[in-house]
Amino acid sequence: MYLSPFSRRMLGLATGAVVAFLYAPILYVVLLSFNRSKSVIFSGFTLRWWPKAFANDEVRTALWGSVKTATVATILALILGSLASFAVHRFHFFGRELVSFAVILPIALPGIVTGIALNSAFRQVLNMRLGFTTLVVAHTTFCIVVVYNNVLARLRRLPGNLEEASADLGAGTWQTFRYVTFPLLRSALFAGGLLAFALSFDEIVVTTFTAGAGFSTLPQFILGKVTRPNELPIVNVVAVTVVLLSIGPAYLAQRIAGEGSIRTSK
Amino acid sequence: MSSYDIPVIDEPTVRGRAVSRFLHRHRNVRLFGLLAAPITWLVLAYLGSLAAMLITSFYSVDSFTTKMVKEFGLGNFREILSGAVFRRVTVRTVGVAAAVTIVDLALALPIAFYLAKVATARVRRVLMVAITIPLWASYIVKAYAWRTFLDPVGGLMKKVIGASPGFGLTSIVLVLAYLWLPFAILPIYAGLERLPDSLLEASADLGGRSGVTVRRVIVPILTPAIIAATIFTFSLSLGDYITVDIVGGKTQMIGSVIYDNFGPNPPLAAAFSVVPLLAMMVYIALIRRSGALENL
Repeated sequence: MYLSPFSRRMLGLATGAVVAFLYAPILYVVLLSFNRSKSVIFSGFTLRWWPKAFANDEVRTALWGSVKTATVATILALILGSLASFAVHRFHFFGRELVSFAVILPIALPGIVTGIALNSAFRQVLNMRLGFTTLVVAHTTFCIVVVYNNVLARLRRLPGNLEEASADLGAGTWQTFRYVTFPLLRSALFAGGLLAFALSFDEIVVTTFTAGAGFSTLPQFILGKVTRPNELPIVNVVAVTVVLLSIGPAYLAQRIAGEGSIRTSK
Repeated sequence: MSSYDIPVIDEPTVRGRAVSRFLHRHRNVRLFGLLAAPITWLVLAYLGSLAAMLITSFYSVDSFTTKMVKEFGLGNFREILSGAVFRRVTVRTVGVAAAVTIVDLALALPIAFYLAKVATARVRRVLMVAITIPLWASYIVKAYAWRTFLDPVGGLMKKVIGASPGFGLTSIVLVLAYLWLPFAILPIYAGLERLPDSLLEASADLGGRSGVTVRRVIVPILTPAIIAATIFTFSLSLGDYITVDIVGGKTQMIGSVIYDNFGPNPPLAAAFSVVPLLAMMVYIALIRRSGALENL
């Protein structure tokens, strides 16, 4: 297909414009976190909101809540996601399709459906009080898929005969896992774990329905304050913190796992 | 340079050997060991929860005691099907989801084409990272950032260009399209990357102009990837209530109705959640045959 230099240039410009469009709002909030006034128009540089935000008790509680939830959910998702990817990769069994479907479902369905469904199960069926435990269960459920995808993609690229060779050379199941399989999977697990952390850290919809009133995360803090102009400077700082703590791990994961590996994961 | 070192490997113990031998011979035990935990979690916790939601949707709330009455009845569904408000909200939400999908496709198609077929390898690498990274920048922060742009009183747009769509339907479509755009670009880009250049050249050699090549070569091959992209843009818009809350003013969508009923009337909220659930199920079932699910 022939494209004139003009249309090539136009396509390039359009792409550049869209990328700028993707970043503009995020960068603007970064700018606002250094804004001297409390309005949403930048009027001068100051550093005073940053220490002020982190001295705020509500912010500290929410930050700790987010970190705790994301960490535990990531660990659980790493275990469950790897187990499921091993089973799907190595075995053909009845219901294999169902397993891969059930892994993807929590992110394929709208967050509000997942949230209401888990809430019904916790409150109506199990009679549980909402809190840290229910939140971790909920977050783990939608984090499994990123670990599963990363590990499965790696397993598919690995030659299967390495494990057979290991067994032939006298290694037991545990030795083969410890010295052959695990080292080959390590970076995929690390990347999947970072993505699961990032995914959990900025989740808000499912969180609203499963955290209960007594437990707070950073995104919940932001949502609660969005319409209160007086607290906007602190919200801006919290917003930038959330962005850094979700983009950072995601960027790192992409560097580790290589190009294209984190698409499809959310 | 580190020296080449041979790892110290502990020999399997006698009992370890027995376990290995047992596992090796019993395929089903291995499979069970791998699957037990994830199956329990996903099938019981997740699919079970969906079932719990469905069951709750048949319950009702006693209007005097505000307690939940655990008796089966179709009252909630009757209310949703016959209530003018519910119908209006459903139509509006599907309309918004469709509009968002169209906007995203219109932006994603040329960009994905540029990335896959025009850009040099280096530019492509940089742009791919640039497009993927915002996916991971908190959803709530982006919606909040747009609020500072769109605010009709003292927002950035009002200040700089003197006009803003304000808080309402237009802003909802704009912000949702913004939020889901990377989800639309990535599958279409992946689809285009798999499309061999030689097909485009062959079409040109046979006299096909650009328009004909796009219509008769690119679009048919790209259809599964386009459908994969629409799953995200459509599904994510269908259940959204936070963006609606932040930039939608008083506008109600399915998500916000569910959220508002969630406190006072959980069965009704559960029943209304069945609408996006069913819509997605039907959607996924329809596109299953097109092979789009492999493009996710």
